[in-house]
Amino acid sequence: MSSARSRGEQKVVELSIRSRFELLDLVHNAASAVLREAGFDDDARFWLTVAIREAVNNAIKHGNRLDARKLVRVRFEVGREELKVWVRDRGRGFEPNRLPSPLEADNLLKGGGRGVYFMRKFMDKVRYVCRSSGCNEVCMIKRLPRAGKGPEKEEKR
Amino acid sequence: MKSKVRKVGEVTVVDLAGKITIGAGDVVLRDTIRELVDKGDRKILLNLGEVNYMDSSGVGELVAAYTSVANRGGHLKLLNVTKKIQDLLQITQLLTVFETFDKEAEALASYRS
Repeated sequence: MSSARSRGEQKVVELSIRSRFELLDLVHNAASAVLREAGFDDDARFWLTVAIREAVNNAIKHGNRLDARKLVRVRFEVGREELKVWVRDRGRGFEPNRLPSPLEADNLLKGGGRGVYFMRKFMDKVRYVCRSSGCNEVCMIKRLPRAGKGPEKEEKR
Repeated sequence: MKSKVRKVGEVTVVDLAGKITIGAGDVVLRDTIRELVDKGDRKILLNLGEVNYMDSSGVGELVAAYTSVANRGGHLKLLNVTKKIQDLLQITQLLTVFETFDKEAEALASYRS
């Protein structure tokens, strides 16, 4: 299920998928199209799609606990200055600030725990929408390449 | 993701192509390494030259492959790591863990030293 519309100068694309990893490529392709439309080059699209995939991975795996009946909603908002990507699951949420750093010596050789780190690394801002049960919606923000002055921040690559 | 296994002397070279992502490529990599380790291979060279995309699960699977081989006294090394994948390994500080090579001959020779 997907939809696209313009609201004023803001373009909105929204899709909902069932919680299955096979559908990640569909989100990836939609994200790539939105990012291209927003002016991001090939290099930026690579890193941003990694971040977006990680958010949806987490929603499927940790939020909806692989329950294919539960939907993950992905919403892209392209404004004048920035791109916002919202990912919402139907889970009970989690505490993002309690995540251990994957760069600590004890965690370096662990198989998991790098998804949120990638999201934070490749986006400018990552915010969680928290309710009493926890945080089950994330909003990732990236400044548009054509917005404001100067090139994109290299360290956020 | 596709994997092709070939033997060059004592070294098992695994040519990987495609994406290593959750639920797809990561499973192929895991199964391939498990099979090799189970039959006793201890010198494994992963050729990532045709791997064009990786997510955190792919990175995690590389780490799992590395530890799986190392825990059995073996060595898993990387060949032809593309710029993007190298950047992913850099920001996760895993370039300090993996031994990487640009040339297969040099990678193969490193197992003899």
